[in-house]
Amino acid sequence: MDRDQIYAKVTEVLVEALGVDEDEVSPSATLTGDLGAESIDFLDIVFRLEKTFGIKIEQGELFPDNVAQNPDYVENGKVTNKGIAELKAKLPHADFSRLEADPAVENVGEIFTVDAIVKFVQKKLG
Amino acid sequence: MRWSWIDIITHVEKGKSLVAIKNVSMAEDVLHDHFPAQVGPGGESLDPAPVMPASLLIEGMAQTAGLLVGYTGDFDEKVILGKIVKATFEREVTPGQTVRFEAHLERMDPSGANTTGTITVLDHKTGERHHVASVELIFSHIDQNMAGTEFPEENFVFTDNFRSLLRAAGMI
Repeated sequence: MDRDQIYAKVTEVLVEALGVDEDEVSPSATLTGDLGAESIDFLDIVFRLEKTFGIKIEQGELFPDNVAQNPDYVENGKVTNKGIAELKAKLPHADFSRLEADPAVENVGEIFTVDAIVKFVQKKLG
Repeated sequence: MRWSWIDIITHVEKGKSLVAIKNVSMAEDVLHDHFPAQVGPGGESLDPAPVMPASLLIEGMAQTAGLLVGYTGDFDEKVILGKIVKATFEREVTPGQTVRFEAHLERMDPSGANTTGTITVLDHKTGERHHVASVELIFSHIDQNMAGTEFPEENFVFTDNFRSLLRAAGMI
């Protein structure tokens, strides 16, 4: 499956899971900021990706767990440099540009763009 | 009032499916308000039209599927309805009818589970069974939530409210 085919199927997944219009989905759109995803939607997206692509996604593999509560990652409401480095290592598909510009913990959701999910699926499919 | 929208569990297969039954009774307060007698546009009085609210049929399915998810995880997790993925209704349910909720576990992992389910109704007047709705749900194991929010230690989901149902079905 090539990148365009994966992108088309990821778009379908997001349209179904988030109730957004197809034209709202773009590679740089963020799941939380642009597409309005809430935490339970991440679980829905994981389930749908598994079904659509026939892959198994372990907990924490696509989206991280408990970043906000992890004292190793967060200090005074900001994600630390160490936190960003570790998240980057764990989530190489994610886009950290916005979080690095403003490391406020509420911006963690901004690392998940549509493109990040496409990259993740591409890697999973080998 | 007991917040229980199922009366009995008639079938359970851990990790797979659970079936529950509810008999809809005219004595249920909610049916008096949904819908009461009204005055028609010409001033005439319209009879009450008691119909089981679709939202409470979804709640019945959530309880059916939630018990399946809880049972599959040996009731270790607090299982909370996270999202109604899809619910399509094609028929109303009225007092005197028997509702059957059938839930199937599609997937479960440490964070939660998703289920599919069908609601059918037995019409005792005709003896016929009809399809009422299809409902897809997502449940969260809330202690494993992404935000890391903490909840009380005791399992406030599977309380006495459900204990007699579970005991009668041999699930605890």
